[in-house]
Amino acid sequence: MKPTIVKREPVVDEAMDQCEARLTEEEIEKVINEVIDKETGGRLWTYINTCIHCGLCAEACHWYLSNDRDVSFAPVTKIKDTLWVMLEKKGKVDAAFIKRCSQISHTECNACRRCGMYCPFGIDIAYMILVVRRICAKLGMVPLYLQDTVHSHAATMNQMWVKPDEWIDTLQWQEEEAQGYVPSARLPLEKEGAEIMYSVIGPEPKFLAQLLGNITVIMKVAGLDWTMPATAGWDNSNMAMYSGDFEIMARVERLHHETAQRLKVKKIVMGECGHAFRGAEYDGPTWMGWMKPPIPIVHAIAFYYDLIKSGRIKIAKKIEGPITSQYPCNVIRNAGLGSKLRYIMSAVCEDFVDLIPNDRHAFCCNAGGGTINCGPPWKKIRVQSAKLQSENFKRTGAHTIVTPCHNCHSGVEDIVDGYKLGMHVKFFSELLIEAMEIPEHLKPKEE
Amino acid sequence: MYEFVSGPLVWIAFIVFIGGSLYRIYNMLSISKKEKVVFPHMSLKHSLASLVHWVIPFNNQYMRKRPIFTIVSFAFHICLLIAPIFLLAHVILWDESWNMSWWTIPEAVTDWMTIIVIIGCIFFLYRRLTDPVVKNVTDGSDYLLLAITALPFITGFIAYHQLFAYNTILILHILTGEIMLIAIPFTRLSHMLFFVFTRSYFGSEQGHVKNSKDW
Repeated sequence: MKPTIVKREPVVDEAMDQCEARLTEEEIEKVINEVIDKETGGRLWTYINTCIHCGLCAEACHWYLSNDRDVSFAPVTKIKDTLWVMLEKKGKVDAAFIKRCSQISHTECNACRRCGMYCPFGIDIAYMILVVRRICAKLGMVPLYLQDTVHSHAATMNQMWVKPDEWIDTLQWQEEEAQGYVPSARLPLEKEGAEIMYSVIGPEPKFLAQLLGNITVIMKVAGLDWTMPATAGWDNSNMAMYSGDFEIMARVERLHHETAQRLKVKKIVMGECGHAFRGAEYDGPTWMGWMKPPIPIVHAIAFYYDLIKSGRIKIAKKIEGPITSQYPCNVIRNAGLGSKLRYIMSAVCEDFVDLIPNDRHAFCCNAGGGTINCGPPWKKIRVQSAKLQSENFKRTGAHTIVTPCHNCHSGVEDIVDGYKLGMHVKFFSELLIEAMEIPEHLKPKEE
Repeated sequence: MYEFVSGPLVWIAFIVFIGGSLYRIYNMLSISKKEKVVFPHMSLKHSLASLVHWVIPFNNQYMRKRPIFTIVSFAFHICLLIAPIFLLAHVILWDESWNMSWWTIPEAVTDWMTIIVIIGCIFFLYRRLTDPVVKNVTDGSDYLLLAITALPFITGFIAYHQLFAYNTILILHILTGEIMLIAIPFTRLSHMLFFVFTRSYFGSEQGHVKNSKDW
């Protein structure tokens, strides 16, 4: 088979460059065969032996479609250029090849699983990409910025090097902020036996702290019994899941679930983040052999759906003007929350303009799957490869794009900047805070 | 030669095809057991839902987006499976050797079905040669598989119409048919065997585990 013609601008990623210089071919061969023999089984074998090389997956991929149908971005090509070669050569490949594997799997694929849905055989190509990431991670070939977040997880059990006192300080600060709207609002820490443990991702306390204030108001208005942990275990994000470092992924997921068990809550409600849901609901529990999370996980979309549908939160005034929403892959295509998202969007927006394609067929924001966490070196190609979704946003004519996922939020902000769309990017909770009714008895009293 | 290809080699071909298929499926299932997620994720309901949406033409969004491919590939696969089984001449052979027979399709129809299979092969060959994505992932084995699939039908067509060298073509027809049977379990033609399993697993994972759909 002829090698794929790959045209890319050179990118300097120090960690990958240093790793390339360090890796030996013996080490590479050993790790590849170890992962293939010990960590994969029926799925990989059947997928490789069933794929008839029809190329139908290409049409599913926003990387391929956004880059003028450059074949080097097609899903099947990504497998050809990584796993097919590894299997054919039985792991006898060089360090430059592994670097290219990391580039393909970490920086040019969001593991959004759209191609799996478009394969006539249902071959889960994203799963195979994660196998490639696993091999790369075991060899230490991970983009610098992504590996930094993994180090942060390992050292602090959160993604953003947030220190324990900073965490508690931030929560208390946001409790005070919330009390500006609803004086009786509380952000209860370490309340054993509460019904809900609310967990967020590292970036919330780090630079989106107002979201913690928002949820404090929402919980009070909805009259819910909730708590947040004061210890590590509050962060539900998991970049190790995406780098391929599944040992650290498992530590993070275990601590998150064990914290909820320590607090004896009935369920975990998580903020607006897609990959965090995936890690807590699926990747973490399956890797650890639990299969299902020990305590039910509720994503923000389903949580807000219940609050609005049951009337616990009433909408006072819908937000004006056309508003659209991104469909985060990990909670829509891969968790089926699409209709609930449309329900809550229609509930708070006067004019909800749906994306085309929508729901599980919607395209990725191109930030997911750890891609945005690969950092500045890889930003240009990432934004360039979101062209298709930028056109989809533009067509809606919306003034605001709602992103019920942190990765989507950052990714869509980059799209709006990069393609000069002139749209706002907001989380759903920001809309809800604006639109919801605060009952008279909860409002601040006039002095 | 005719005696050999229509006698012992038929036995060998069918034994290898059936035995090989069973072995490959057994092998697939046993290495799937090693992976702790595969069987717990399976669900009959979602497997069937996925199959219903993918074995009925135009029953999912992607097929509707690619009407030509959908029509050609369905016509190709249906004719490929049905024509050899219900061809009058084949059923007569079964009747003569084993005294068993079943319905047959009129010869004019199976003739057209053969043509459709050949057209399908030409279409797939054309895609392999011209579609940049497909071309990039095509190697000798893909052409070989296409040839293994096309040859029994091309030789069958020539033999049925007795266009030339009937005896030689007939031997070639039987031989290529046997090669195809032997190739199914041990090449990527095994998608014939694995399709149901890969489809069921993805359908189950999407539906049963992830509460979504795969069509």
